[in-house]
Amino acid sequence: MRNVWTIAKREFRSLFIVQIATITLFVFLLTIGFFFYIEIYSAVQTQQYIPSMQTSFQLIVFPLLFFAVPAITMRSIAEEKRTGTLEFLLTAPVRDWELIIGKWLGGFLLFLVALAVTLVYPIILNFLVKPGIDMGAMLAGYLGLMLLASAMIAIGVAISSLFNNLPASFFATLGVIIIFWIIASPAQSMQGVGADILRNLSLTTHLYDTFLAGIIDLKDIVYYISFTIFALFIGKTAIEIRRWG
Amino acid sequence: MIKVSKLTKDYGARRAIDNLTFKAERGEIIGFLGPNGAGKTTTMRILSGYMPPTSGKAEIGGFDVVDQSLEVRKIVGYLPETVPLYQDMTVFEFLKYKADLHHIPDAEERVDEVLEMVDLIDRSDGYIAALSKGMRQRVGIGQALLHKPEVLILDEPTIGLDPAQIIEVRNLIKRIGKERTVMLSTHILSEAQQVCDRVLILNKGHIVAEDTPERLQSRLSGSQRVELKLRKGVEEALALIKKVHGVTSVSVKDDNLLEFEMSANQDIRPNVAKAVIQGGFDLLEMKQNTLSLEDIFLELTRDETPHPALKDRTE
Repeated sequence: MRNVWTIAKREFRSLFIVQIATITLFVFLLTIGFFFYIEIYSAVQTQQYIPSMQTSFQLIVFPLLFFAVPAITMRSIAEEKRTGTLEFLLTAPVRDWELIIGKWLGGFLLFLVALAVTLVYPIILNFLVKPGIDMGAMLAGYLGLMLLASAMIAIGVAISSLFNNLPASFFATLGVIIIFWIIASPAQSMQGVGADILRNLSLTTHLYDTFLAGIIDLKDIVYYISFTIFALFIGKTAIEIRRWG
Repeated sequence: MIKVSKLTKDYGARRAIDNLTFKAERGEIIGFLGPNGAGKTTTMRILSGYMPPTSGKAEIGGFDVVDQSLEVRKIVGYLPETVPLYQDMTVFEFLKYKADLHHIPDAEERVDEVLEMVDLIDRSDGYIAALSKGMRQRVGIGQALLHKPEVLILDEPTIGLDPAQIIEVRNLIKRIGKERTVMLSTHILSEAQQVCDRVLILNKGHIVAEDTPERLQSRLSGSQRVELKLRKGVEEALALIKKVHGVTSVSVKDDNLLEFEMSANQDIRPNVAKAVIQGGFDLLEMKQNTLSLEDIFLELTRDETPHPALKDRTE
């Protein structure tokens, strides 16, 4: 467990050193801020609804994560393979799963930092809206985003362990995330078990219908956590296969 | 300390090492010698826990490298062929990272100690990207020493170093080799000769010879060659030397040079000298020609025909 933390710290720091972290944070916060501004502006103009953080997230969070997550995770294992430092890690007394979880945690921590900074917006909002914002709904939204990012970053780390070239790692991750984003769309014109399966596999439905609507459902928590574990398991297996290759 | 038996590794259809068996005790420095592609790196990677063998068994300190890989990695210090370093870390950060992965108590003190050992203390805060090749090599050696490993596995440790550093590293290896087990690979033969207690010559995945550097020389040459320099009359002397008991062959090499061969286990040089002088010849010089490790190496690895085992596989 100690190794997980050592590797996570190193991963987190290296994201800043190569400036991926800085750029990602900048773009992430700028975009969220922009949509937050629009949300308030149009609410004030129309006087039709109460502005909330969740609506800003709803509009922008997926397109943003499409690029932020692959940017954060493309290097994680692929870069170690490319430069040969994976040999260093695999001959250190580190278990394969400690390596994978450490890599995931490093990326996840960066996302948590980004998310933490966005907390200024609901705080501002709390002053603008009377009698204050719906705290429960906001927290549900944030919890949902954390879980979503956890799953996405796990995909990214797993895919990174399959490549030793960064663009390939980036676009493969982007592709897989997009697939899990749109996977529920065909379900709209379908019926029966197939539609249910597609809907349940989708990264989107578990967020939009519940967390961003202010509902915390155990089913969705289980979904994202299992998704994360499964993806990390693929990553661990990829490293094991590499050893045997 | 190291026990390897029938170790075999295939990369697809290519057999990198075939049925290797050897041992190394504590306090022993063994050298792996062989041309490129002989299987040195593959063997070391298996022993370091980086990858498992296709078949066979390897134990380090009583731990199996496959089943108890983590235990093995705890007691092995490994310097890979291409030193894997994080360019974006300082020397200190990198070694601290490695020390943390090994759960070394008082990691920072130990890192300083190792930096002193590999003579990099003044580059401690420099980025690895800015280091010269020789310095990087020393960082690599440093990270292998950090956790005071029982077994040190060094894949071409002196590559890229300047002559002074080469001597330093060799001395360091010898010092460590007194209490621990060191296994190093090299293609510099004099290095193996100077540093190693025992040499394994590897070719195409097979151990073709294994012995101390000295014994390897005498054993493989089988006979000793001695050169004689006379003032004149080599032809007549030839006949005389032939009669000396223990001489296996004599030949004229030059106007005044003769060479005779004798078996390595009995030194009959005095007898030959006596015979030559008593025969009335002027003996100017007598010199033993030893086969260098270089010659042995070339002789053993010259064979270009594929090994029978490999032939079978392709058919």
